[in-house]
Amino acid sequence: MLNSTRNSASSDVMPPLLELRNLSTHYVSASGSRVVRAVDDVSLTLHAGDTVGIVGESGSGKSSLALTLLRVLPPAGRIVSGQMLLDGDDLVPKPENEMRRIRGKKIGMILQDPMASLNPLFTIGDQVGEPLREHEGASRSSAWKRAIGLLKSVRIPSPETRVTQYPHEMSGGMRQRIVGAIGISCEPRLLIADEPTTSLDLTIQLQYLNLLRDLQKEHNLGLIFITHNLGIVAKMCNFLAVMYAGKMVESGPVSQVFNNPAHPYTEALLSSIPRMTENRRRLTAIEGQPPDMSNLPPGCAFAARCPRAFDRCRTEEPPVFTPAPGQTARCWLVAPESRATGAVS
Amino acid sequence: MKQFIARRIGYSLLSLLLLSLTIFLFIRLTGDPASLLAEPGASAADIAAIQKKFGLDQPVWYQYIYFMGNLLRGDLGESFYYQTPVLELYLSRLPNSLLLASVAMSFSLLLGIPTGILAAVRVGRFWDTVGKFFALLGLSLPSFLVGLLLILFFSVYLEWLPSSGSGGFLNLLMPAFALGWYFAAAHMRLTRSSMLEVMGSEYIKLARLKGLPEFKVIAKHAFKNALIPVMTLAGINLINMINVAVVVETVFAWPGIGRLLYEGISFRDFPIVQGVVIIGGSMIVAVNLLVDIVYAFVDPRIRLEA
Repeated sequence: MLNSTRNSASSDVMPPLLELRNLSTHYVSASGSRVVRAVDDVSLTLHAGDTVGIVGESGSGKSSLALTLLRVLPPAGRIVSGQMLLDGDDLVPKPENEMRRIRGKKIGMILQDPMASLNPLFTIGDQVGEPLREHEGASRSSAWKRAIGLLKSVRIPSPETRVTQYPHEMSGGMRQRIVGAIGISCEPRLLIADEPTTSLDLTIQLQYLNLLRDLQKEHNLGLIFITHNLGIVAKMCNFLAVMYAGKMVESGPVSQVFNNPAHPYTEALLSSIPRMTENRRRLTAIEGQPPDMSNLPPGCAFAARCPRAFDRCRTEEPPVFTPAPGQTARCWLVAPESRATGAVS
Repeated sequence: MKQFIARRIGYSLLSLLLLSLTIFLFIRLTGDPASLLAEPGASAADIAAIQKKFGLDQPVWYQYIYFMGNLLRGDLGESFYYQTPVLELYLSRLPNSLLLASVAMSFSLLLGIPTGILAAVRVGRFWDTVGKFFALLGLSLPSFLVGLLLILFFSVYLEWLPSSGSGGFLNLLMPAFALGWYFAAAHMRLTRSSMLEVMGSEYIKLARLKGLPEFKVIAKHAFKNALIPVMTLAGINLINMINVAVVVETVFAWPGIGRLLYEGISFRDFPIVQGVVIIGGSMIVAVNLLVDIVYAFVDPRIRLEA
């Protein structure tokens, strides 16, 4: 993971591919009485060619973050504050018709379920070529030809016959590669993959991950990889962001976070990965349940499950600290004053 | 699968047998047709002669077996009043019924599908509420009331449309509306729920993620998928429409099968009533049987239930 130490000189000149500043998305119930802070004050920077892995339990706000980036939230969802800068251009205030020209064109997305994400009534060629026709005004025949090329690039055998077929004629792994082909069809700058391999079996998973990585290198994509599998993060990503109850509780270069997790939640996640080398160690699970998102406790949301929580954690919410250069954590344990009173000088 | 189909066919035949028995007995409760067919003041001997002519002097069980025997040979008997074979009468009225049902069906689809889509796209908003109200009225207002109100308004007050009869396109409008409203409401509700289900699917999400405008997402990706169950229902309903138009055809004096049945009942013309009910019943049973079998081919879980 040496490439995580980026060329900082160039990033000073060029704006990063994507920069999230204090982004918050809330779901408000119809009566307005229940508010779920699905994404809460999230900041993140992503450069072209980088892969950031976003991990967290179900309901931690990972997928809401992805939907926020493309502004395709369900009706109850609202971006309440913050900025999303794509190449320095804020997406939050953009009108819907401009946002539409960004979806599928500058930002591609791969959904979780390959069996359900293709329309059963249209041919593969039609569905893969659709973004080209929409965004680049490609004719039916040229979109069709380019769809064949795209299928080839996602390693689908005999793409000339596959384009004329329907989704039910394909296997799950093939369908997910087709969804990937749709994601990259307009050569986006940024690709968001929301648990793209969860429904594939292990050998197909590995193939798919290799494919995504090759595509990323080839097109110098920024890749946001949403997963709950830290093993995949280690393989795919150079930057890691951990979400808990809508907040980004820790972020940093993958090797650094894996070796020196600053947040007890990250630590707990890491110790719950089975390792081949330590087969005698019992697998540790994180005690307790994730909190009720519409009724969060005061202080740190993880405090109730945290083995190292102290009084301040239950009353006061920790701000973002920087335990090491490039690494952030929302935890009182890494506050400069706690470290000063502890063993660290 | 073979066993499933055999059992379904068995049930269907049993339903038809029960239907024939029921209609045969119930129509005889309406009274003696001979007293209506004979001239007023006819002698008891004349009436007895008419009864003998139509076999009404025989015991009911004998009449039934005789009737069923003929039925199995495809003979529905002869009308007491018209003195012509029931099948011939039926077939002469069928085109009118088909015309009315087709227009009513087109109307119900042209109205039901777009309003259903609108209600689904604007779920919980103004147009959804309007659509729900329209559907509720359509499903709950009896068609004779709708028919009479239409006649009152468009024929009596406005004098725009002929109140009854057949012949021109204008004659079709009110009966088609009165017959089609109920079905428009049913098609609207199914389109709405089917559309809502489709709109929540992953491929609709992907269509939006491709950057398609909302109109294309709905018109291309959602519409076609949502239409499949609606077309199934519409096919079954077309058969139903031919057979349930009795009230509407009577109100508007439309010379279709429904009106034939009404005439049969009022003249105590037993063969007509029996014939129309059994043909209609067979159509409905056949369509349901077909749907059951097709579903069993499509969905393996249904086969297991049998």
